[in-house]
Amino acid sequence: MTFPENLKYTPEHEWIRVEGNEAYVGISEFAQGELGDIVFVDINSVGQEIAKDGVFGSVEAVKTVSDLFLPVTGTILEVNPALNNAPELVNSDPYGEGWMVKISISDFGQLSGLMDSAAYKSLLGV
Amino acid sequence: MTDTIQKTALHAVHQSLGAKMVPFAGFDMPVRYSSDLDEHHTVRKGVGVFDVSHMGEFWIMGPNALDLIQWVTSNDASKLTPGKVQYSCLPNGKGGIVDDLLVYCIGTEEYMLVVNASNIEKDWNWIQSQNRFGAKMENFSDNISLLAVQGPLAKQVIQKLTDVELDPIAYYNFTKGTVAGIENVIISNTGYTGAGGFELYVPNDKVEILWNALFSAGIPEGIKPIGLGARDTLRLEMGFCLYGNDIDDSTNPLEAGLGWITKFTKDFVDSDYLKKLKENGLSRKLVGFELIEKGIARGHYPVKNQEGEQIGMVTSGTISPSIGKSIGLAYVPVDLSKPGNRIFIDVRGRLLEAEVVSLPFYKS
Repeated sequence: MTFPENLKYTPEHEWIRVEGNEAYVGISEFAQGELGDIVFVDINSVGQEIAKDGVFGSVEAVKTVSDLFLPVTGTILEVNPALNNAPELVNSDPYGEGWMVKISISDFGQLSGLMDSAAYKSLLGV
Repeated sequence: MTDTIQKTALHAVHQSLGAKMVPFAGFDMPVRYSSDLDEHHTVRKGVGVFDVSHMGEFWIMGPNALDLIQWVTSNDASKLTPGKVQYSCLPNGKGGIVDDLLVYCIGTEEYMLVVNASNIEKDWNWIQSQNRFGAKMENFSDNISLLAVQGPLAKQVIQKLTDVELDPIAYYNFTKGTVAGIENVIISNTGYTGAGGFELYVPNDKVEILWNALFSAGIPEGIKPIGLGARDTLRLEMGFCLYGNDIDDSTNPLEAGLGWITKFTKDFVDSDYLKKLKENGLSRKLVGFELIEKGIARGHYPVKNQEGEQIGMVTSGTISPSIGKSIGLAYVPVDLSKPGNRIFIDVRGRLLEAEVVSLPFYKS
């Protein structure tokens, strides 16, 4: 499993990649592996400001459904349109084409409270 | 009850194959080896092997064996002759279901009951409590392993390992024979997938030999190990009930659609109650549904009417890998149980429209 060093991670297994005032959010390779085949990414929060650790949607695997939590407070700008027809991108490329939402960050200070790659790996024990 | 998790005889094999293991019914079981979807399609189109050794096996023996079985089960076991299998259930004396099970007629005074792993202790105690007939009971659950070899190519793979002719073994029939050099294997034309295939019962110390032989023989057919994840989507596409989800101690066999295994040709636990229930009419029924709007229903989601009032409960739900639709089973009021009726599923706070459909969802 890989955990890119340019991302920050949450204990709920989301990642966030900051690009200027905006950021991309998805789930980690570990998370997609635990869920199994992802068949539907259900996000209806575009335009909403959601607080840190708030639910911005859910991800449906064959066997189970899991809430998606926003790593930092922000406004949902866009849902990855590719996931509508190809939710399996979350399995095959969780940090790339399988990104879930693009957000504008409300509070950059919250980023420092997230885990870096090394801390996340040690949480997972890998 | 014990807190220690049990392992099947193939536990180390599953781990070496990289299976994701999860606790299920007190056992550490493989939920998937590669991908739920790939494993599902493998069974529908080719052949796959499930280790379902967690299932329980009881032997009921002696001159009064049939009397006990007739009393505790809802189906009519007097129809069985040696070599035949019957799907049945154990009514619980309070209108509910202790478990669903398979009854194997091994001989005129010898039967094997195959029960759900989660219910082994409960079933054993229940049947024993009803054994005023003096039938001899033995619990071999810890000694017997079970491999379900399922899929349209299952027969041709197993046939390479045995001289027993498999073609004449009809659905819900079995025979005993030598497979992969292992004597007295119960070769049963049964399964929980609707994909065809056989279930093979062997002693624990022989199961790894059988597993390895199947995987060697099945290379040309692309045989794969299959986890519990695909087992659930395969059975749900067929509309097969899963104990603990769709049926339990609070559901009766008639409302669960198990009227066909509830035979009033004999007296059995709850037969009077169920007969009256049938005459007076049921209040709810277990039905299949397909979501019309995008989403996935899961067990315990409320079923509602258009006004948003709860009228029932989803018991199982998933996306069907074979037909690509969002499917599920739910208890609904009888007047809404006919195919074509519209119901609404409360999917995490959103009411999604669904249509009641006939079972199975997947028609081969």
